Amino acid sequence: MSGRGVLCFSRPPRVAAAGCVGGRKEAEGPLAEGFDALVEDTRCGQPSWELAESALARRALDIALEKARLAPENLDAALGGDLQNQCTALAYAMRGVNAPFVGLYNACATMAQGLGLAAALVSGGFLHRAAALASSHFCAAERQFRTPLGYGGKRTPTAQWTVTGAGAVVLAPGGPGLPADGAPVHIAGAAFGRVVDAGVTDITNMGAAMAPAAWDTIARYLAATGRTPAGLDAIFTGDLGLVGSRLLVRLAQLDGAALENHRDCGLLIYDRTRQAVGAGGSGAGCSACALCAHILPGLAAGRWRRVLLVSTGALMSQLTAQQGQSIPAVAHLVELAAGTSGQEGGSQ
Amino acid sequence: MGRDCAWAFAVGGGICRLGEALRTGYLAAGHTLTDAAALTSVTLVALSAAATALGWYQKLAARAGAGTLVPITGFANAVVSPAIEFKAEGLVTGAAARMFTIAGPVLVYGAVASALWGAVWYLLRPWVAA
Repeated sequence: MSGRGVLCFSRPPRVAAAGCVGGRKEAEGPLAEGFDALVEDTRCGQPSWELAESALARRALDIALEKARLAPENLDAALGGDLQNQCTALAYAMRGVNAPFVGLYNACATMAQGLGLAAALVSGGFLHRAAALASSHFCAAERQFRTPLGYGGKRTPTAQWTVTGAGAVVLAPGGPGLPADGAPVHIAGAAFGRVVDAGVTDITNMGAAMAPAAWDTIARYLAATGRTPAGLDAIFTGDLGLVGSRLLVRLAQLDGAALENHRDCGLLIYDRTRQAVGAGGSGAGCSACALCAHILPGLAAGRWRRVLLVSTGALMSQLTAQQGQSIPAVAHLVELAAGTSGQEGGSQ
Repeated sequence: MGRDCAWAFAVGGGICRLGEALRTGYLAAGHTLTDAAALTSVTLVALSAAATALGWYQKLAARAGAGTLVPITGFANAVVSPAIEFKAEGLVTGAAARMFTIAGPVLVYGAVASALWGAVWYLLRPWVAA
């Protein structure tokens, strides 16, 4: 422990496997090749969009477990969440899965939140195998948070497009002497964010509401660990989109930091020039999918050695927004490192 | 901005042109002026409902913006789209209850505004009406 809410693991858990599933728009996006499965029918043969999201989440978990050569019975816990009311997408997905389930909610920050918690529990020896997962579905989110799908509304340019997809990561204890998983990536550290409210009331501009929270968490993590942005190969934010990404870089500049290696999952998952997605992707599934389809494979392939994933969540509800309240935001962070030659070294 | 305005103008104008063509057609078919106007509205609403159900209206609206929002077809879309969307929650608690989530405020304030204007007109009439 080297700062409030900042965790540096002396026994960094290893990423045993990851699985992710995307929808049609994700299949047309730049990260399509990294997905384990892409569904043409985004209804997934289900009677509702809500259950379709559950089906996506379940499939992502199944794929991750299969890749890790584990059965649900081998899982000590699954930690995850989604955007639906009362976190129902994952609750319904976990029906019939023989594993303890810890439901989480931090909106689009859920993936890093779950991964950080799972890593802490595995690193501390409380759990042997844990999964972190998150999902979102464009159609389920639209009908809950915005207008019906068939309604002829025009989206503002700052609005973002909820990712239809789910990602799941299975963690196992790191270091020698334990079952080898063949995955060289480990979770070196994590940081849980503070709730930051920058006074943004426009719910079609959540990137702007979340950027200050993202910088708050990144800055605290850098200060606590002594790392510098230049010492990291990349800093991935969850879903700041175009507007939030620009603000993040500006906020860092004001604090005298240069975020030259910053990338945003919401801008990676879609091609804004080809796909009509407004300011980029968003949703709990956004950073989950980008993590599993892009970041983890990139680390495994040696493209990067040390990166941060900073999932960002806007914590308002329809009710608070209608009551005129501004948008509180939070960002949780995990540090991912490849290989065992890093300074944490995966040592026991 | 300029492109959005052009889309709104062309599509909104196109819908109004269609309405005018329908009205002329109904008049030519021998309907009275009032009946032709009513039939025109009914036809546009039916066409908009069908286009919404087929998923076409929102695709057009994504480009046309106010061009599809302002004409009567936009109002039909605002009623039909939640009815279709919330069918999954049942015909009573879903489709029927949610049908006016978007159009409801328009109806409420439309009725209030017409009542207020009615009162104003009642007071003004002795002076303005011949």
